[in-house]
Parts: sequence; structure tokens; C-alpha cells
Amino acid sequence: MIGMTHFLILSAILFAIAVMGIFLNRKNIIVVLMSIELMLLAVNFNFITFSSFLHNIAGQIFVFFTLTVAAAESAIGLAILIILFRNLRSINVQDMDKLQG
Amino acid sequence: MNMNIIPALPEILMAAMIVLILLVDAFVGEDKKSINTGITLIALISVYIVQVLVYNPHTQLAFNNMFILDSLAQGMKLVTYIVSFIVVLYIKQYITDKKLQKGEFYAIFLFVILGIMVMISADNMLILYVGLELLSLALYALVALNRDNIKSTEAAMKFFILGALGSGLLLFGISFIYGATGGQLQLEEVIKYTYQSDVPNNALLVFGLVFVVAGLVFKLGLVPFHMWIPDVYEGSSLATTTIIGTVTKIAGVVFVIRFLINGLVLLSPQWSLMLALLGVLSLFIGNIVAIAQTNIKRMLGYSTIAHMGFVAFGLMTVSVDGISSTLFYTIIYVLTSLAGFGALTMLSRGSYECESIDDLKGLSKTHPIYAGIILLVMFSLAGIPPLAGFYAKFKILEALIAVGYIKLATYTVIMSFIGAFYYLRIVKVMYFDENTIDLRLADVNIVSRSVLMLNALTLLVLGIVPSGVMAFCLKLISG
Repeated sequence: MIGMTHFLILSAILFAIAVMGIFLNRKNIIVVLMSIELMLLAVNFNFITFSSFLHNIAGQIFVFFTLTVAAAESAIGLAILIILFRNLRSINVQDMDKLQG
Repeated sequence: MNMNIIPALPEILMAAMIVLILLVDAFVGEDKKSINTGITLIALISVYIVQVLVYNPHTQLAFNNMFILDSLAQGMKLVTYIVSFIVVLYIKQYITDKKLQKGEFYAIFLFVILGIMVMISADNMLILYVGLELLSLALYALVALNRDNIKSTEAAMKFFILGALGSGLLLFGISFIYGATGGQLQLEEVIKYTYQSDVPNNALLVFGLVFVVAGLVFKLGLVPFHMWIPDVYEGSSLATTTIIGTVTKIAGVVFVIRFLINGLVLLSPQWSLMLALLGVLSLFIGNIVAIAQTNIKRMLGYSTIAHMGFVAFGLMTVSVDGISSTLFYTIIYVLTSLAGFGALTMLSRGSYECESIDDLKGLSKTHPIYAGIILLVMFSLAGIPPLAGFYAKFKILEALIAVGYIKLATYTVIMSFIGAFYYLRIVKVMYFDENTIDLRLADVNIVSRSVLMLNALTLLVLGIVPSGVMAFCLKLISG
């Protein structure tokens, strides 16, 4: 029988993969942006799980808000990526080294 | 259903003014862009007036109790308007000189203020999150607006990635609190639930709390979640640094108070321990690493981390005295860094950028007034009596000792002592070093300069007679 715990573990695994994707990734900024999306989706999964098992609709409403904000967030992220590429001519994480101290 | 919208009128007016700026900006020519500054100032004044008009001593709720206007929200919003008004006065010459003078700058700036207003007034975790994202997304754009500068774009990218990570952690925590409390998003329902249940044994709630605290301190910038602060402070233009270094701090502190005190106060044994640990680390890293900096913006970034350590200590006492001292500390810190960044912004004229500590060499001979202002700011940040920074630190220490954290108070004093080194170094550079660069600046207009001088003078006056502001903070907390 699949219970609430299984769903929570799945979303925790997704969240952990996303956080590792941000920290361990040494190559590409696009992968970082994908990890951020994955993280928000893991959170959504969590909300839907609770919402469904607690018979409470507020969690699903929250998911709508998170999805909308995530869309705005990736729009801004990609816009920043474009101006970064124009200046840097690269989307390599290791090339972002002008600020250090 | 409570659909009263009166308490939210300032927010609605602010949103309308933002639309107005965007519209006007689309129709005026390149040479008349300064009209945007005027509209921004008018927007801030009119929102202030409306805010005063909607006030009544009882707590008002709106939008089905998701939106709250209590004394804390009212007071901190008024402070936010005043601070942002002064910010606009300080940076308007700078952004004209640096060709950032576009309608977008002010529109995005007002979006930041709107985000802060929503966050301060939120009584529901959903609204808190929406307000936070409104603030953060606008800030990413503001940093990236200086788009031909490689440092700015890199700072924007780092800010974006780490900020999104912080929001993700916060959301993950919120989802667990939502689940653990049986489907509550309303902060007062969360607190009611925790009164009824066996809190310490509720593992899910504590698990959620850990993530929420991580997300909150990400926004405040406590170690080990501080990585974005120095990079963003250094990378963004001085105008943006002024905004990030002042108004957003108010939002961060009120945000933490709303979440941890209004919502999760019964879990205070757990979270005050976390805040204590993070505060200890922040004071250490912030003060030690700041010594090694050569860029003054980066140094002030590390100094922010150390100051936020103080804020964490004030919050962890969970007493009325402690929280009101924290608010007092925040207001004083914001006023102090406002004067500091204001002076730096006004020194950066034309294509010249006052960034490196060496740029301040011999400033006392070329610009004695600016040197005097920076001197007052540095003394206040270091906590030297009789300036306001000293009294603010003193109140936090008093609150710490009152609840029995003697060792922490001692540690704090030692760390402030170390911190005084790099503040005093700036003073030494300004007053005792020989001038190496020729600094001939056209003067900024007289209004901005007199406001800057008044601001610096306030630090001195508030240090001598702090009781008025202190009583104001106490009133915000006790309602």
C-alpha cells in the first residue's frame, strides 16, 4: 500500500537532487536553472500530497501560486543569463569569477 | 468572508503609481526622463499619507484575514516610506550620471517597495511568499539593470541562483508546516494548532521549521547562507547597493518576526538555538573577513553580515525587550548605512566610481563634509558612544543578559571590538593619508546634500536621546 510517507520521501529525493544539482554542478548555468525548477516542483509535489491526504484545498491553491511565481522566476533567470552571455561569451559556471575576495 | 480592502489601500495606490510611471515613461522623450524621479517621490509621499489615513488603533484584517494591518505593520511601513524617499534623493543624481536613468529603474524600485509592503502586512504564509518573491524578483532585475557591466551581470546571476535556492528552502519548510498542522497556512491558526498539540514531539513540524529558518536567514544573510551578500554588494551599481543595503533589511527583519514570533513562537526553544548558532558564526565570519577587504562596498557587505548576527541575537531572546531592541537596532542600522551609502553615491560623479578604500585617501582635505559624514557612519557602525549604533548594540546586549546569555554577550562584545578595526581604518585613511587621486566633483543639488547631513546628524542625536525611537519600537511590539 502506498501511503503519504512514500510520496513525501519521493519529493524529498527530488528536492535533494535539485539542491545537489545546484551545488555539485561545475559546468553549465542552464543545468542550475533546471535544478531550481526541479526544486520548486518537488515543493509542489509535497503540497499536493498533503492537500490530498488532509482533504484540504489550500495546498493546491498554493501550488498554483508557486507555479506562476516559478514561471516569472525562470523568465528573469533566462533574461539574466542572456545578458551574462553577451558580456561573458560563455555560460560556464567556472567563468563567473570576476567577484572574489 | 471578510472582503474589506481599506487596510490594503496603500498597496493598491502603490501598484497604480507603478503603472503610471511605466505609462509616462513610454511617452516622454529622452531629455525629460527626470519626470520619473518626480513621480516616484510623489508616489512615496501619497502612499505615506494614505497609510496614515487608514490607520486605526485596532488591528485591521483584509482579504479574508490574509492581510493584516497591526501596529507593527503600520510603523514599519511608515519607516520604509521615509527611508525609500531618502534613498531616491540620494541616488537620483547618480543614476542620471551613470545612464541608468530610465523609467524602469524607478518602476522596479517601487516594485521592491510594494513587495516589502506586502511582506510586512502578510498574515498568511502564501502572502508572505508572494510578497517575498515580488521583492526578490524585482531586486534581481535591479541588479541586472546595469547590463553592460560584467560584474553586475555576474552578481545578478549569483544573486538569482542563491535567492531562488533560499526561496526553495523556505517553500519546502512551509509545505511541511502546512502538512504538520493539518492544513493551516494562516499564521494565527498555526499558533493555535501548536498550543493544542504536543509540539516537541511533532517531528514533521520541527523538520519544516529547520527549512523555514534556513530560508529566512538566507534572506537576512547570516552565515552559512551569506555567500550572495558580498558579491551582490560589490557587483551592483552603488544605487542598487544603497537599496539592498537599507530598505530590504527592514523587510527581512519584519519577515522573520512575523514567521517565527507570530507563527511559530512555541517552537522557540528549537529556533532560538539555531539563530544563536548562526549569529555566532555570522559575527565571526563577518568581522574577520571584512578586515581583509579592499573594496569598500564589499567591506560593508561583510559588515552587514556581522550586523545581522546582532539581529539574530536580539530575536533569539524571544522577549518583548529583545524584539523591540531588534527593531530599534534595525532602524538605526538602516539609517546608518543609508548615510554611508548616500555619501559614497554622492561622491561617485560622472564616470568616477568611489569603490576602493584607497579612493577615500585624504578625503578630509578635499571634501571635509563628506569625510565628516563617513566618520559619523563608521563610528556608529563600530558602536562608539555617543552615536546611535552604540545604544542599539547596548540594548541588544542588555536583552541578552536579561535572559541569561552572559557568554553570548561577552562574545558579542569581543567581536564588536575586532569589528571596530576595519571601521576605524576607513577613518584613518580619510584623515591621515595623503590624497593620491584628484577628486574634483560637481556638487549634487542642495536638497540631497542637506538631507544627507541631517541623516548623519540624526545618528548623533539618536545616540544621545534614543528614548523616543525606543518607545516607538516598544509600542510596535506590544501593540
